[in-house]
Amino acid sequence: MNIYVLLKKTFDTEEAISVSGGQIDESGAEFIINPYDEYAVEEAIQQRDAHGGTVTVVTIGDQDSEKQLRTALAMGADHAVLINTDDDLDEGDQFTTAKILEKFFEEREADLILAGNVAIDEASGQVGPRLAERLDMPFITTIVKLEIVDGLATVEKDVEGDRERIEVPLPVLVTCQQGLNEPRYTSLPGIMKAKKKPLEQLELDDLDLDEDDVAAKTATIAVFLPPTKQAGRILAGETESQVKELVDLLRNKAKVM
Amino acid sequence: MSEKILVIGELQQGNLRKVSYETIAAAKQLDGDAEIIALVMGDGDLQTPANEMIQHGADRAITVAHTNLSNYTSEGYGQVMMEVMQEENPSAIIMGHTSIGKDVTPKIASRLELGLISDAVAIGKEDGQVVFTRPIYSGKAFEKKIIKDKGVLFATIRPNNISAIERDTSRTGDIIAKEVDVKDLRTIVKEVIRKKTEGVDLSEAKIVIAGGRGVKSAEGFKALYELAELLGGAVGASRGACDADYCDYSLQIGQTGKVVTPDLYIAVGISGAIQHMAGMSNSKVIVAINSDAEANIFNMADYGIVGDLFEILPLLIKEIKLEGSLVS
Repeated sequence: MNIYVLLKKTFDTEEAISVSGGQIDESGAEFIINPYDEYAVEEAIQQRDAHGGTVTVVTIGDQDSEKQLRTALAMGADHAVLINTDDDLDEGDQFTTAKILEKFFEEREADLILAGNVAIDEASGQVGPRLAERLDMPFITTIVKLEIVDGLATVEKDVEGDRERIEVPLPVLVTCQQGLNEPRYTSLPGIMKAKKKPLEQLELDDLDLDEDDVAAKTATIAVFLPPTKQAGRILAGETESQVKELVDLLRNKAKVM
Repeated sequence: MSEKILVIGELQQGNLRKVSYETIAAAKQLDGDAEIIALVMGDGDLQTPANEMIQHGADRAITVAHTNLSNYTSEGYGQVMMEVMQEENPSAIIMGHTSIGKDVTPKIASRLELGLISDAVAIGKEDGQVVFTRPIYSGKAFEKKIIKDKGVLFATIRPNNISAIERDTSRTGDIIAKEVDVKDLRTIVKEVIRKKTEGVDLSEAKIVIAGGRGVKSAEGFKALYELAELLGGAVGASRGACDADYCDYSLQIGQTGKVVTPDLYIAVGISGAIQHMAGMSNSKVIVAINSDAEANIFNMADYGIVGDLFEILPLLIKEIKLEGSLVS
């Protein structure tokens, strides 16, 4: 099976966010594989181990994205592709990303494409479905289980707490939700092996694309932090009177009950 | 009326979701003069929800009934939406940022090569252009976005952020039953497994009672469910509680997990890790109950009680019941 994983580099979840010059300040921040994409990498490896084939991780980014790709290789992926848009693109959006990936997949045969259900930074959740549509491939988002038998995938999809069992023939694109699996840690031998695994680099030119072909359909005009919250009130006194006071505050002052 | 705005009346087990009404209010914010057309898809009685969309402010409704729409699939809904859009040529489309909205809107945006703003929490106008505000980094920051091309304004809105227009039962409008041959579906829903025990959906709940590691067991969550039921709210959890198997991952609130913006968020036995805070920090009023006075959650809370949650929760339930009985 030819299995592909769409990977995105994101801020470490522990990072505090600050804004400077109308943009999120990325200086000195730690970057990680988007946590949802880790489920995708893990699932891809498990499916390959069960059915044979290769796992290729693909990311669109800059030179630094190599680090996240190497991590995925260390987890067990076979190949990595970095589509480096650093020199070509100032800004893009989900249209841009899907358009680039569409071109990338035109020359390849994918049986299964996995992505994270959402990226924890911009959180649009659009790229997977957008790409599937361009490739005329069915897609299922927020999956928590995947079984493949004779070219037919049986998928369980999380629907806001409920589950749906869905059947779909390959090729298919799925986006991964928490609960699908437990991503493995990279081992030292894994990291050593990853250094020798192929990492292909492409630019827009290599995909016969130029900046205009992938020009964003949307633009960000401002980035700002939420207003800082005023310090709250810790209630005091006997527990019973605190509870009474709380209910009174919620009912009559905050009027939320 | 020159422009048309298409909104989707989304059904959940036959009933309209609250966020569907909010899409109508959002459409009015976009363009107060536009004709608002509600599209309702499904496989049962669509007349009632179509009428309810009109009573909440839509001018006209289109219903599409088909057995292949009894369960949502992106292909089925996509076919219908694409056909209605071709026929009506709307200047904007608004849908709830729900499981279905998140799934189908990028498909359509991609097919039609449109920009799409997902998860908008506010819509406004600046310098004559429509500006959407949406959270990024799980609510640790916000961005304002515009759609650049002159084409369709396409957005999904987060539940609970744009107030619906109050229902006016005297409002009337045309309801047209349209036929669409929904076919060639590759994705087939075989079974729907209902796991949700409580009635209120977490993402749409006005009140959320969330438990953390401090709740100590699945048994401990029972009091949270009792409180949630009493208040007409929903139960959520921190990652710690989910990892410890006190509850299902579908309840998880945080950076990985759901992001909620209820009117009232009661955090019970939750320490307040930054990843959890990202999922609930934009709640209107936050209450923290925790035995550790140093817990980070108190920095975020509007009201806090330091103490044993197993003592406080029953008292809280008792107090609310008492107040309720006084009112009635």
